[in-house]
Amino acid sequence: MSDLAAPTVARHAPEPAARGQVGDTIFRIATAGGAWLVLALLAGVALAMAWGGRQAFATFGFGFLTSTDWNAVDGKFGALVPIYGTLATSAIALLIAVPVSIGIALFLTDIAPRWTRGPIGMAIELLAAIPSIIYGMWGLFVFAPFMALHVEPWLIAHLGHAPLIGPLFSGPPIGIGMLSAGIVLGIMIVPFIAAVARDVFNAVPPALREAAVALGATRWEILSRVTLPYTRSAVVGAIFLGLGRALGETMAVTFVLGNAHDLSASLLLPSNSIAAAIANEFTEADTDLYRSSLIALAFLLFLVTFIVLTLAKLMLRRMDRGLGRTN
Amino acid sequence: MNATVLRRRILDWVAFAFASLATAFGLFWLAWILWTTLSQGIAALSPALLTQMTPPPGSDGGLANAFYGSAVMVLLGTVIGAPIGIAAGTYLAEHGRHTRLAATVRFINDILLSAPSIVIGLFVYELVVRTSGHFSGYAGALALAMILIPIVTRTSDEALRLVPNQMREAAFALGLPGWKVTARIIYKAAASGIMTGVLLALARISGETAPLLFTALNNQFWSANPAGPMANVPVVIFQYAMSPYDNWRALAWAGALVLTAFVLTLNLLVRLAARKGSGK
Repeated sequence: MSDLAAPTVARHAPEPAARGQVGDTIFRIATAGGAWLVLALLAGVALAMAWGGRQAFATFGFGFLTSTDWNAVDGKFGALVPIYGTLATSAIALLIAVPVSIGIALFLTDIAPRWTRGPIGMAIELLAAIPSIIYGMWGLFVFAPFMALHVEPWLIAHLGHAPLIGPLFSGPPIGIGMLSAGIVLGIMIVPFIAAVARDVFNAVPPALREAAVALGATRWEILSRVTLPYTRSAVVGAIFLGLGRALGETMAVTFVLGNAHDLSASLLLPSNSIAAAIANEFTEADTDLYRSSLIALAFLLFLVTFIVLTLAKLMLRRMDRGLGRTN
Repeated sequence: MNATVLRRRILDWVAFAFASLATAFGLFWLAWILWTTLSQGIAALSPALLTQMTPPPGSDGGLANAFYGSAVMVLLGTVIGAPIGIAAGTYLAEHGRHTRLAATVRFINDILLSAPSIVIGLFVYELVVRTSGHFSGYAGALALAMILIPIVTRTSDEALRLVPNQMREAAFALGLPGWKVTARIIYKAAASGIMTGVLLALARISGETAPLLFTALNNQFWSANPAGPMANVPVVIFQYAMSPYDNWRALAWAGALVLTAFVLTLNLLVRLAARKGSGK
């Protein structure tokens, strides 16, 4: 099987065979070129970001990661606020998206009547097809005011003075901030996690499920004792995939996060994320150091998403092998 | 005994309710977002949208230059990116199917699929805008092509691997050289799958905003030449939605409606066609 794609040297007249070999060589070079280009793209992006950010790294050193200063006038740049905003919004997004996605995957594999699975699955996939700028507009004009009017006053009144988590929910209810951005992000990554989770749930060998049913297991017992244990690493991989998306999402967050450079514990206050800072400020960056700092941020973002997505792939790969796909 | 049965029943019911609610939750947002876009967008639709340029604040106008610029850049990006993606997919599925390089490329490609698009925009800025000294539609198209390549690579790889091996064996048995087997036979068998991938990727890049912010920038006037800054729908929506002017915001909603309708219709048609094709 493996040598199928190798050129066959035909036994007939030598001339056409030779011509075929020339064509083969050209074709092979062209397709391998495409493959190498994919590798070059990743390497190019990483190198270009590292190179573009070198001035910021050289000027601020390790302090770039720990400083909250972001002052274009004084030329002082620290990445802590955008880093914190990126992590906090992604964490909120995962808190929402993980249970919802697993519920949807369960619904689509076990519960929904068979004829509805296709349409419902497709509707959920459409959530992923909506351009992120639409999420951003909707978030800014519809969802943030809704949060400010109906949800945040309640949170402030009931959780604002609670021990430990109180500071997270204090401040004015303005709608724009990390909580709203995190929720919008969560909705955006649901389809990605749900699609992968559905596929891996479907890949559980029917014999296992049938055996559980034969033992009288309920649907909950099948999910918690058969499906989830069997697909655990792949489900974690799917979650990491969603996390990778959430970390790098730009437009939706830019609209809803508010572009503030103050570090605050409250999730209700405007903040910043790496991607939003770049989108908002890059065309206004008037000094080399400013521009370099933003590119250094992009480098950090790329590095972190690369690591997260690599972990996701590694965890999903075990499932792929189980599915009989040759990697 | 009875208590155990009851507990199991309740847990089962909770799982059922949880899964149904989660699905309803997902569909609820889809409906809300679409409803907002539709109601706000229809209110702002007018024939001037297609005939007039983007206006200064306070006066009427349309999005003609933005639609034109988006169409040019998306098509250009597809024309640049699709052949590269198909070539890479062909390598993964055919020539290099079991090589180390193919395994590595497949891995890296999957990471690029989910990589932040804003970083691609910065990359093209460093690569093209900085070296050429100005923003341009070509730079925007290149950034879109870079988003498109991993998608097309992945989908054509999958489409090609679905072609049964017997077809390759039969073609080789006829004495065809390897490249003709791929180009004349395997491509034909996988054509609908590859086209599906290209069209879905085209839909995806039509809505991409982040990679265009620092490459194509924007242009308030008719800009037919991609060598200069070019107006495009997503960046116009971004700027107009963030502005305090009512007429700009209305135009942003109109643009959002047209963009969403285009992307979702293309998605639906392509997916339905693909499903019909595979169902046979």
